[in-house]
Amino acid sequence: MHSDSGTVQTTAHPPTHWQPHVGQSTPRIEDDALLTGRGRYGDDLGTAPGTLHAAVLRSPHAHAELLGIDASVALKLSGVRAVLTGQDVQRWSQPFVVGVKQPMQHWALAVDRVRYAGEAVAVVVAENRYLAEDALDLITVNYRPLPAVVDIESAIDPGAPILHEAVGSNVVSDRSFAYGDTATAFANAVHRVALTVHYPRNSCTPIECAVVMAEYLPGDEGYDVMSNFMGPFSLHAVMALALQVPGNKLRHRIPRDSGGSFGVKQAVFPYVVLMCLASRKAGAPVKWVEDRLEHLTAATSATARKTQIEAAVSSEGRITALRYDQMDEVGGYLRAPEPATFYRMHGAMTGAYDIAHLDLRNRVVLTNKTPTGLVRGFGGPQVYFALERLMDRIASTLNIDPFELRLRNFVRADQFPFHAAAGAVLDSGDYHQALQLAQHNADMPTLYARRDAARAAGKLYGIGSAAIVEPSVSNMGYISTVLTAGQRAKAGPKNGAIASATVAIDLLGGVNVNIASAPAGQGHMTVCAQVVADVLGLQPGQIVVNVEFDTAKDAWSVAAGNYSSRFAGAVAGTVHLAAVKLRSKLALIAASSFQCLPEQVRFEGGKIFSVHAPDQAQPFTRLAASPHWAPALLPAGIEPGLRETAFWTPPSLSAPDAQDRVNTSAAYGFVFDICGLEVDPQTGAVRIDRYVTAHDAGRILHPGMADGQIRGAFAQGVGAALLEEFRYGADGSFQSGTLADYLMPTACEVPDPHIVHLQTPSPFTPLGAKGLGEGNNMSTPVCIANAFADALAPLAARIGSTPDIRLPLTPSKVLALLAANELPPPASLSKMIAARAPSHSSGGLSLHSSGSILIAASPEKVFAVLLDPEALARVIPGCHALVPVGENSYRADVTVGVGLVKARYAASIVLSDIDAPRSLRLAGQGMSSLGTGAGSGTVRLEATAAGCQLHYDYAAQVGGKVAAVGSRMLDGAAKIILAQLFESLGRQATGAKPLTWWQRLLGVFGVKA
Amino acid sequence: MKPAAFDYLRVDSSDEATHALANHGEDARILAGGQSLMAVLNMRLAQPSLLIDISRSRELASIRIEKNNLHIGAAVTQAQVETRPGLANEVPLLALAFPYISHFQIRNRGTVAGSIAHADPSAELPLCLLALEGELVLRKPRSRRVVKAVDFFTGMLLTARLADEFLEEVRFPISAPGTGYGFKEFAMRHGDFAVCAVAVIAHASGLRIAVGGVADRPTAVNLPLLAGSALEDALNELAWSLDAKDEPQASALLRRQLVRTLGLQAVVQATAAYNDQKRQAA
Repeated sequence: MHSDSGTVQTTAHPPTHWQPHVGQSTPRIEDDALLTGRGRYGDDLGTAPGTLHAAVLRSPHAHAELLGIDASVALKLSGVRAVLTGQDVQRWSQPFVVGVKQPMQHWALAVDRVRYAGEAVAVVVAENRYLAEDALDLITVNYRPLPAVVDIESAIDPGAPILHEAVGSNVVSDRSFAYGDTATAFANAVHRVALTVHYPRNSCTPIECAVVMAEYLPGDEGYDVMSNFMGPFSLHAVMALALQVPGNKLRHRIPRDSGGSFGVKQAVFPYVVLMCLASRKAGAPVKWVEDRLEHLTAATSATARKTQIEAAVSSEGRITALRYDQMDEVGGYLRAPEPATFYRMHGAMTGAYDIAHLDLRNRVVLTNKTPTGLVRGFGGPQVYFALERLMDRIASTLNIDPFELRLRNFVRADQFPFHAAAGAVLDSGDYHQALQLAQHNADMPTLYARRDAARAAGKLYGIGSAAIVEPSVSNMGYISTVLTAGQRAKAGPKNGAIASATVAIDLLGGVNVNIASAPAGQGHMTVCAQVVADVLGLQPGQIVVNVEFDTAKDAWSVAAGNYSSRFAGAVAGTVHLAAVKLRSKLALIAASSFQCLPEQVRFEGGKIFSVHAPDQAQPFTRLAASPHWAPALLPAGIEPGLRETAFWTPPSLSAPDAQDRVNTSAAYGFVFDICGLEVDPQTGAVRIDRYVTAHDAGRILHPGMADGQIRGAFAQGVGAALLEEFRYGADGSFQSGTLADYLMPTACEVPDPHIVHLQTPSPFTPLGAKGLGEGNNMSTPVCIANAFADALAPLAARIGSTPDIRLPLTPSKVLALLAANELPPPASLSKMIAARAPSHSSGGLSLHSSGSILIAASPEKVFAVLLDPEALARVIPGCHALVPVGENSYRADVTVGVGLVKARYAASIVLSDIDAPRSLRLAGQGMSSLGTGAGSGTVRLEATAAGCQLHYDYAAQVGGKVAAVGSRMLDGAAKIILAQLFESLGRQATGAKPLTWWQRLLGVFGVKA
Repeated sequence: MKPAAFDYLRVDSSDEATHALANHGEDARILAGGQSLMAVLNMRLAQPSLLIDISRSRELASIRIEKNNLHIGAAVTQAQVETRPGLANEVPLLALAFPYISHFQIRNRGTVAGSIAHADPSAELPLCLLALEGELVLRKPRSRRVVKAVDFFTGMLLTARLADEFLEEVRFPISAPGTGYGFKEFAMRHGDFAVCAVAVIAHASGLRIAVGGVADRPTAVNLPLLAGSALEDALNELAWSLDAKDEPQASALLRRQLVRTLGLQAVVQATAAYNDQKRQAA
């Protein structure tokens, strides 16, 4: 354990002579089942008799008109029971409601256009998943591809293709906010320091993907669903509205265990609607399990963001004003709860600093990529990447130590609760002390000495830090900040974050707890048991906690679910309140039996007694059970029944005010990180040498699990900093479809962080606890980037003092940034290298190449082959049939294979620009179950003594599954296919026969037969 | 796992495997460890009509030394070779390379011959076989041919194996006295396919340097025993000659840089081992 405790302040709870369980690392109740294979995950649960299985047909195009779907062949396959298409979806549902007022429609299936690669266009329902997958290949979809928009800069270009034509722009929300008098502050500032940064698309991918089991109940009963959607359950309303049923006719349950969520399971909700509709179409319950390729391609992502940030700074380094111009790239649709990535952080955009003047502009930009949504840290990594990079830039510009700069600007301990410019009420903390705690644990003198020694040896070593405020327990009304004050007035105020919990006692005095959360392995059962055990004087093992949240049976409200680090602050606190309510009732009952006052009743050590007569204590189970059996003996005025539900909403949360100020979260923790790292100038590899992370999350309920949360978030922060990015081609094809393409750090790549705690309880949560599970997702990426920038500082003369640092810092990107002079090729190779085709850029999967080949036949003969369909069919590798459909235009059926991979493409091939026998253009496009391919090339023939020289150049693009998982193979595949093409072209033109087996064999030994 | 339908045939012998492959040709696939094939089947990137499972064949799981070669049958797992007590003396290069091959769970299942048949240009075992100038045995029902590694690897995932030929065995030459070995690799994460891997063999007549992960197949050059700037120049020439491509995960610049950096490290390692042996002999 690397956990040290800082100062622990006392809480509001009275001291007792026995040790409370809260605050101890008690054994996790969850673990016995999980470690012995008894986990109950969505895919493990039994299904209703007659359950069918779904597979989703997805668009291989990033942007295309959807002209028609023909499922007739698929429906003839034995075992296929239904195919759901956009027409059904339009008949039985509504588009998803969205947070901004724009004429955009997002249906559960694409209706007339697809807007990202992987968008669902049809669902096959069959007797098993194998058959459903088989049937996908039998559906014909007619697409008309459109140009794709793949980044923020091109999406806002006036000439950009528009995703939703009725909106008229890809910018679907453009809001400006002004707090204080920023213009004056900038006018008076001695220094103005500005920075432009980009944050990439990434995710926190869980091991378990989405699981949905949905049943349509005919007879107006609605829908019954079991899924691993984890909330926020405000989206239950979005689902019910889409399905056109009242909320009480969409029952949703969750399995007990979850194989990870990290916010990402929020994106299961569109599939809940989709599978409800699939069940309706098939007339049977339907189960769907998302596979890894589907998950990475089409589930969700963090937003990519471009931020221009500028600070007005005094000569002493006091920041007086901040300006942000932010653009969030949210994919093909603005999907609820977006644009929450912006607005979750809105009140706290000044971070840990006391900055009175703030201007903000937030633009929400659509691109042909997967819709974005909750990803652990939600909104934080993007904000802090700009703000904390800027802090270091200010420090270097003003030549102030970066720690000192932060100390000069932090909110002071005596200012809490602190009202930040945009409305956050920072509840508690001591940022100065936390920074010093981190510095102490990082042993700064030694760290500086390591840097000095490394630099003296010519190495690149840097030290970085980052300070972040970690919001928890979201104000569900923050999203309405995207609306103008006028629009909000019309819609009615939205605020709060209602948590609920129920504690009940059974016939034998056993205690049961129900919560409307959806835990994903964090240990909610354990902490709830600790909390209740402390209130009732029991052992945690005596408490049974049920987390199988059921919208039809549990007490719940809009904020139900597991997100925005709301468990410790809100849910555990509400469990405490429910337990106290129940204890109060038991105290009344006990007081009448002990002949004392209720406040004189004690619950300790499994016993209930009067403080005046501890020797007459009764076992808890006996006294607590008795009201079930003898309700007539209850004191007057006491209702029978021992089941108490508490609802709680943070008192500090109100709706956005007329000036757009909003307290976006109930509690704000604090994280201060320090990183020392080394960059290998030869390989571009970044090695974290030392990492210290200091947290103040208020009162810590379970130290072991708290450190577990921090380690997990840190690992994901390291991934975001060094490895993880969803990559897209220039045509919008998705290129990170497997976990060999989307690289997450493993235990081997994550150093052990040194964790230290300070505990300043929150005055606004029932137990004084704040969230702490997302802090390092916010702090670690920028802390590593700051350390990296410091490592590059000695190279300023060569690469400038303001390198454009973009995550992830992969070795290739680092080498490009270092811009070292590469050893040139030796003269002997320069000719060969000059002749090479330019290699395609890492940004896209467009393949292009050129070259030439000798063919032992005259240009006329070669040309004759190219123009004769029968001969051409024999030339095209893997061609089964070539049917003329017009002059020099063919429909072809071609099998393309490389290594293990093989696919049969339905293709169209067109010959044009024919200048016989000198040149022509060959263009083709095709589609297979593995995706799309399109390309064109020119062929030029030059007569030579031995026949002719064929010159070619081509460009091709591939999309769909092959692009997502096989990018490494494509260049090689193109080469192989071309080689085969020209070999057989030469053979056809010369009339030579294919090589026999013995000729090939001899060829292997270098003998020409 | 949701592959397209296929027939499954478990075979006990090389004869059975060979005949099944001859009868079904390109529509059949050999299933050994399944570490590449299963993923491809699950994603339906390949839809063979028949899987011929050799993984339980005792005959094909044999390892033996014959005529100064370590013969490894088609069903021998990587772990079986890795844990062979004499490996560091028999084929020292393999002993150096195994720790870089994925993770132990995968080596427990994955076969040596399967990796070589798959011919991933970034895989370590094809690189070692090429560096050591090993051989492969390709079998049809009534014939066998022995192919040199250099002739076997023909491109990205492509080999000289014909559709109806069964890769029955691979042969790694036993190390001769007075030979030093070096192996260095750079991957994005521990156990990933190499962005670049370099195997070096140093002996009295010179250096053999083999590079994986850069070109579309493992590639080797023979050089005299070089050091200093002459070695750096030779590695630079090798780096440029391999036509590295810019790919999403690794740029051509990174790969050339790795050929130079890892090449130097592996040569130093191999040369040191070679010098040790010379000293011991003397």
